[in-house]
Amino acid sequence: MGPESLEAKQKAAVEEVLKAYPAKAAKNRAKHLGVGGPEDETQKTCGNVRSNKKTVPGVMSQRGCAYAGSKGVVWGPVKDMVHISHGPIGCGQYSRAGRRNYYIGTTGVDTFVTMNFSSDFQEKDIVFGGDKKLEVCFSEIDELFPLNNGITVQSECPIGLIGDDINATSKQYTKKTGQTVVPVNCEGFRGVSQSLGHHIANDTVRDYVFDGNPAMLGEPVAVTDYDVAIIGDYNIGGDAWSSRILLEEMGLRVVAQWSGDATLKEMAQTTKAKLNLLHCYRSMNYISRHMEKEFGIPWVEYNFFGPSQTIKSLRKIAAFFDEGVQAKCEEVIAKYQPMVDAVTNKYRPLLEGKQVMLFVGGLRPRHVIGAYEDLGMEVIGTGYEFAHDDDYKRTKDEIFRSTVIYDDVNEYELEAFVKKLQPDLVASGIKEKYVFQKMGLPYRQMHSWDYSGPYHGYDGFAIFAADMDLAINSPVWAHTSAPWDKEGEA
Amino acid sequence: MQEIDNIMNGQKLFQRPEYKEVLENKKEFEGSMGAVNPAKVEEIAEWTKTWDYREKNLAREAITVNPAKACQPLGAVMVALGFENTMPYVHGSHGCVAYFRSYFTRHFKEPTPCVSDSMTEDAAVFGGLVNMKDGLKNCAALYKPEMIAVSTTCMAEVIGDDLFAFSVAAKEEDGGEYLPEDYPITYAHTPSFTGSHITGYDNMMQGIMSQLTDGVEVVKNDKINIIPGFETYIGSIRSVKSIAEKMGADFTMIGDHSDQWDMPAGEYSMFQGGTPIEEAKACKSAKATISLQKYATTKTMKMVTKRWKHDGGTFNPVGLKGTDEFVMKLAELTGNEIPQSLKTERGRLVDAMQDSYPYMHAKKFAIWGDPDFLIGAVSFLLEMGAIPTHVLCHNAPRGWEDEMRALLDTSPRADECHVWAGKDLWHMRSLLFTEPVDFMIGNSYGKELMRDTNTPLIYIGFPIFDRHHLHRYSISGYDGAINLLTWITNKVLDQLDEDTKGIASTDYFFDIVR
Repeated sequence: MGPESLEAKQKAAVEEVLKAYPAKAAKNRAKHLGVGGPEDETQKTCGNVRSNKKTVPGVMSQRGCAYAGSKGVVWGPVKDMVHISHGPIGCGQYSRAGRRNYYIGTTGVDTFVTMNFSSDFQEKDIVFGGDKKLEVCFSEIDELFPLNNGITVQSECPIGLIGDDINATSKQYTKKTGQTVVPVNCEGFRGVSQSLGHHIANDTVRDYVFDGNPAMLGEPVAVTDYDVAIIGDYNIGGDAWSSRILLEEMGLRVVAQWSGDATLKEMAQTTKAKLNLLHCYRSMNYISRHMEKEFGIPWVEYNFFGPSQTIKSLRKIAAFFDEGVQAKCEEVIAKYQPMVDAVTNKYRPLLEGKQVMLFVGGLRPRHVIGAYEDLGMEVIGTGYEFAHDDDYKRTKDEIFRSTVIYDDVNEYELEAFVKKLQPDLVASGIKEKYVFQKMGLPYRQMHSWDYSGPYHGYDGFAIFAADMDLAINSPVWAHTSAPWDKEGEA
Repeated sequence: MQEIDNIMNGQKLFQRPEYKEVLENKKEFEGSMGAVNPAKVEEIAEWTKTWDYREKNLAREAITVNPAKACQPLGAVMVALGFENTMPYVHGSHGCVAYFRSYFTRHFKEPTPCVSDSMTEDAAVFGGLVNMKDGLKNCAALYKPEMIAVSTTCMAEVIGDDLFAFSVAAKEEDGGEYLPEDYPITYAHTPSFTGSHITGYDNMMQGIMSQLTDGVEVVKNDKINIIPGFETYIGSIRSVKSIAEKMGADFTMIGDHSDQWDMPAGEYSMFQGGTPIEEAKACKSAKATISLQKYATTKTMKMVTKRWKHDGGTFNPVGLKGTDEFVMKLAELTGNEIPQSLKTERGRLVDAMQDSYPYMHAKKFAIWGDPDFLIGAVSFLLEMGAIPTHVLCHNAPRGWEDEMRALLDTSPRADECHVWAGKDLWHMRSLLFTEPVDFMIGNSYGKELMRDTNTPLIYIGFPIFDRHHLHRYSISGYDGAINLLTWITNKVLDQLDEDTKGIASTDYFFDIVR
């Protein structure tokens, strides 16, 4: 690292970044930037950063909105329901099928995830209100898509501003037809990021799925002592599937996936599960806490990124069950260990010592650190788009070394940090991808797995390792400087 | 389990027997019709292919399913990025900006700078003035743009924020530290509940052109302004510039985003290319303004022709005739002869059309996209003897349907050509099942139609997320028409091979030479 320690370099970078701001903005941003030390008990949150506050205007934040948190994250992947983007045309179009929430079903007939249903508000709907139009939307959906198992209404900004009553409209329709209709007041201006949208969506699951007694197809599923639900896995690139297989191999029965490849019935049945397994704490801790309080279901956070965390998590989950499950858990760990060793032996030498900077959403800014470190890679910077204090507290346990922590980082800051700290890989979202690739830096999208994945579980780890090698060791990065460039100038 | 020498991602991983078993077992809990009664799914799927379903589908009044349009501020962001060192600034919630940036970035595979002033619930109550004051100042301090171009989200429009008053107030409060008196802050109101992304393009373009020229003395010159419109083909802008250069025109491309979304690797700078602000300020002095997209510049061109009294008009240089008309207009405006180089280019296009016509002739096409794109692309299909069976424009403005009908009526098979204004892609699905075509031309949203109806999709349009580099090409001018011809003809040939590759059954027609 040379004479300057990593920590000193990181602190200097933070100070330098703040200089560019006008005073008011600098004061605000200073509270969101810090340097975290592993197991540093003096820090309240990792890097002592503040979070879940309003974004500074005009800075090019990467954050999304409450609608994105509800429609895009929590409700959108529920496959057998139709999700209406209620309001003008844009929101539904921009968020259509971009998240890779994989599912099995006949799209347009019994499943609808990658489609875009919009009430396409026009000026007259703004002026006169859209409740009548919404009701017609419901009946048209039921006529043309008769196998849908329910409808959700995902409110866009205008709905809450013009005084529409989607709750009454939905209730009325349910009363008339028996159809499950879930109104969600997730207008984009609510809260400061996606996060409030998750919470609002969680609350509507409570009110309309648990308390709503939705009509469901097929027989009720018999309960066993080994029933668990995967909560907060959106099955991006099939993540929940490569997690599910491990849980089933150790003798558990996964009765529901929330909400990747989920159905309404799976969600409703979760109230009878024995244990809730929570992957994305940020987006679904609310409903997990509710189920604990209301139905006495304990929940446990787990992490299926990388073998170290996966093994720890499998044992943590098994500990809730009898010795049979615990024994099988050890068998599963033993079964996959040779594959893990082979992956590590193959890729660690290719990736050892490479430094990584992350900026992602819900759980990944801390959860994926272990996977990188399993490959000998070093995460030196991380941050969340929409985390709260409890996320940054948890982050303290997952970092391995001095790490620059940036909450709600914006384009200017991330670019400045990368230039100063010179990582070998940047891992964030689509909006930033090409900024860093232009600089000749290897990059992986860590929201969509860059059109690869799954990354969860043992099988996912092998893909993750191969993808990181692909990114870092691709010959394309070497072409950036031309042969006629003078040495040292490139 | 993964094998170390053959690590497979989800595509093949989930086809392995252990995963097939997992997915099969999952059905026990699902309660979707596919899990409970697959025969019923089959039955309904078949029903969706019928005329009965089509009639019910076309009778929809309220719900839009799989649209082929976006909202106004998206177009405004494109306009802003066509001016040198200009930051698109969206007054409203930041979720919208995250969407615009992702949408363009997924299409162009290029960064898309744009800021928002992050209005939240309190701004919804009290108005967004504070956000705008802080936002403009922070944006200017961090990114140092030469101009900030402000558009609005529907939130700001519903609460009725006044952009002009706000920008004046922002400058006043800043006191010239970051936002000097003469700092250009241009703006346009772009409500998402009116029109579509092309309306937003029009509003922002009109806003920038009128505000930048406000107070600038008009000294008439021989210049020609060319406005590209909501052009998603980088190569098209370059083709048009090349034609104008060959014609010896003294021209300014107003809103030239071609370099912004086509940056070379090496180093990153936030802004590249674009119309220089000084040049844009002088655009009123030009003698003529040509818009390449009529429906994306209605309001702008009204200002230019009625108030500014510019010569020019709309010329859509997609296809042979459209390009000819554009070239002839430039000849008229410049007084120059059409040079041999352009005549040769035209000759090469016609030669190529005459080489390939048997494969496009009488083939039936379904096509959708923006209104101006469709006018150009359908003209070209007609020039090749193809039949545009279904022409669908979700964001069709007033007048477009009649213009398209008149265009189709020039076809000898006009009665087989249908115009669908204001319809969406779920309507298109019914049309394709009931009145099938040979090929579709459209954007990535056609992918599901391809899967469901088995109609081959030729990727031309916006957005294209799942094919690479097509946006780098041109679809305008003579060279652009050769690209259209190449893509379409070769897809026809690919399909012919696909249909004839059956060993010992159809492969007598699997010709090596075509």
